[in-house]
Amino acid sequence: MSEQPTFDAIAVGFELPALVKHPTTRQLVQYAGASGDFYEIHYDQDFARAQSLPGVIIHGALKSAWVAQVVTDWMGLAGSLQAFSVRYRDTDVPGDTLTCTATVVGKDDALGIVHCEIALTNGAGDVTTTGDATVQLPRS
Amino acid sequence: MPILTPAMQSAVGTSGEEQTHFVERGAIQRFAEAIGEANPAYPDVAPPTFLRSLGRAIPPLPDSDAVPRVLDGGSGWTYGPPVTPGDAITIQTTLESLKEREGKLGAMLIADYTTTYVNQREEMVATQTNTVIRMAASA
Repeated sequence: MSEQPTFDAIAVGFELPALVKHPTTRQLVQYAGASGDFYEIHYDQDFARAQSLPGVIIHGALKSAWVAQVVTDWMGLAGSLQAFSVRYRDTDVPGDTLTCTATVVGKDDALGIVHCEIALTNGAGDVTTTGDATVQLPRS
Repeated sequence: MPILTPAMQSAVGTSGEEQTHFVERGAIQRFAEAIGEANPAYPDVAPPTFLRSLGRAIPPLPDSDAVPRVLDGGSGWTYGPPVTPGDAITIQTTLESLKEREGKLGAMLIADYTTTYVNQREEMVATQTNTVIRMAASA
């Protein structure tokens, strides 16, 4: 874990360290068990194809956990995630390489809060998930 | 053919039965492992999306058999105090709105839900909005 970021040291345009994920079908089953989401489109290939999907797809909530992780791994123990949102623009599949990113797009001096845009990009370069996050950081 | 029926519409504004679940340290640990997370803050506190694993109290949707294909459209979270092992979290989910839209996969029912998460000290630890997309069975 890197050192604690502070509100004063972070400028608009700052890019948080990206996370690269290599999801596997095993991980989808692991997430299904840990989250209690046993919808078959995430582990049953025949079921998924019968739903007009290319095969099993990654849980949206798992993708949201990953983009949140970009922020929570960076903000340190003194940072606080106040809000975040994600929109799934397309499905993602295991076997792909997914890159999760976040960029600081605004700062609220009165509240000590930074606003970030977050995204998940697949191996073909398509942004399949977008969102935003609001983080409170210590002043110094 | 419209997929949004009057019976479905009548469910807007209804809530599922309130549920209370305990936050277990081992469950946080397994969740953190499943998302590939080694942050030292866990499992002393729960990761932001852990609450999703406690379940939701989604109200019944009439005529839902006609739209069995389900996709998650997205979520929005706002957070209060941290969630820690031993907490008792009371969950309630309300169907806020239903809309019908034509998408690339055909007619889609767009359902917006809000879920509230309240701990044993009556603190609102999180609110989640969630968009669920439902479609008719594949041709």
